[in-house]
Amino acid sequence: MNGAVGSAPRRAFAASAPAAFALAALAVTALMLVGCARQAPYALRNISGLLPPLQFQLTDDNGTPVSEQSYRGDVVLLYFGYSNCPDVCPTTLATLAQALRGLGASASKVRVLFVSVDPQRDSAAVLKRYAAYFGPQVIGLRGPDSELIPLTHRYRVAYHRDPPDRDGNYAVEHSSAVFIFDQRGRVRLLADSGDGAAAISSDLRRLISAG
Amino acid sequence: MNHLLSGLAYLAPWDWSPTVECVCALTGAVYVRGLVVGGREGVRCGFWRPCFFLLGLLLIYGVLQTYFDYLASHMFWVHRLQHLILHHLAPFAMVMAAPGPVLLRGVPAGLRRGLGLLAQRSGWHGAWSLLVRVLRNPYLAGLLFVGLVYFWLIPSIHFTAMLDLNRYKLMNWSMAVDGLLFWWLMLTPRREQGLAAIPYGPRITVLVVSGFLQLFLGAFIVMDPKALFNVYAICGRAWAISPIVDQQTGGCLTWIPTAMMSLIGVLVVLNRMLHDSERQESVRSARIRAARQLPMAAAGRP
Repeated sequence: MNGAVGSAPRRAFAASAPAAFALAALAVTALMLVGCARQAPYALRNISGLLPPLQFQLTDDNGTPVSEQSYRGDVVLLYFGYSNCPDVCPTTLATLAQALRGLGASASKVRVLFVSVDPQRDSAAVLKRYAAYFGPQVIGLRGPDSELIPLTHRYRVAYHRDPPDRDGNYAVEHSSAVFIFDQRGRVRLLADSGDGAAAISSDLRRLISAG
Repeated sequence: MNHLLSGLAYLAPWDWSPTVECVCALTGAVYVRGLVVGGREGVRCGFWRPCFFLLGLLLIYGVLQTYFDYLASHMFWVHRLQHLILHHLAPFAMVMAAPGPVLLRGVPAGLRRGLGLLAQRSGWHGAWSLLVRVLRNPYLAGLLFVGLVYFWLIPSIHFTAMLDLNRYKLMNWSMAVDGLLFWWLMLTPRREQGLAAIPYGPRITVLVVSGFLQLFLGAFIVMDPKALFNVYAICGRAWAISPIVDQQTGGCLTWIPTAMMSLIGVLVVLNRMLHDSERQESVRSARIRAARQLPMAAAGRP
């Protein structure tokens, strides 16, 4: 008896379920189209929501302890490297410096955080000199592995120090990503060594004006 | 002592996942309890089957919850090895161990009865049989199996999966769960599959076709002269290795061992076919013998 009463609505539900599903799918697609139509895509890779908000504990190139709070209100570009890096770091930082020059006065709202993955050779003084070479917005940050690993883990990047040669020189494998955070510390864009200064400039300008 | 400690540190999870820890620990505990209860009731399970099952479980745990996971998120070829284990080797070993009866015996009787009642009362039984009816389609199972491999290797999808921890976890879960489902559907003897029994012919077709499709994908990755998956360069590799060597090694792992596993799967299915037809043959001849003896026995009676 109970089964007979229960089965009619169940059948009705089964019949209407695909229709409801199709409607929901249509609605979602329409919403997505509207969302996309509102804004042209960024030139850089959009990674909004894929990584957690900016958070770290390190020491800056003046020897002052800093955290993400120290740069709240600025658009932050987070990059991992080391001052002895022969190729990737200087070219990337030079591109970023060029992109910042392209911003004019609003460049003051941007900070490039150059996090050293080689704190042994990159003392605060070395980092300060190296960062200053690329412009006043570039800040060298350093810290022991116990502070570095939580940060690289958080942004899913790896670094690896090769064994030193006879003269004590060694290379460090590291990421080439520049993670870009908006003024509220949310991850927004990812620039890579292949991205040009013009693309970075135009996207940064958009982020600054939106903030 | 220091060496031992630093060695043990590699066994610590890189991204600790309570879900993986709980699922693996519960499965292991239920299985071992099933073995103990079975042993007490005099049910023999042999030596190799428990070995295979626990090895498979340990492999799944190991590639997800140790330092291996760090390497897998920063080296393409280690990532392919991780998926080879999650999608092929570990589920294959676990399914070959025929763990169903042992696992059932391992669930405490009260809980088993409660779950049975719950399944009868609620609409779960209907939903479950619908799910089984959909999933037992061998072609759909094959499509899902190969489709997932292709899907997570679409470069843009792969990029976001390696960057976003949630997608990364979803990817690895989908590999392990689908691996268990696929190999269970393909390798389990028909009479043990109940509702989901699939004839052996379609199974062989699906295994051969899915083997070839993975072989093509692997070969394509090996032969492609460009780096297809730039996320490893962007996020940094675990140690110095050229991107092309990384890609070619990963491609080989997608190409050769997966095709081998399909081949071994076909051999297992052929063995099941032979075994089943021998069983049928012996049943039939026993029936014929019984039929012949019946009239003779009747005639012989005075």
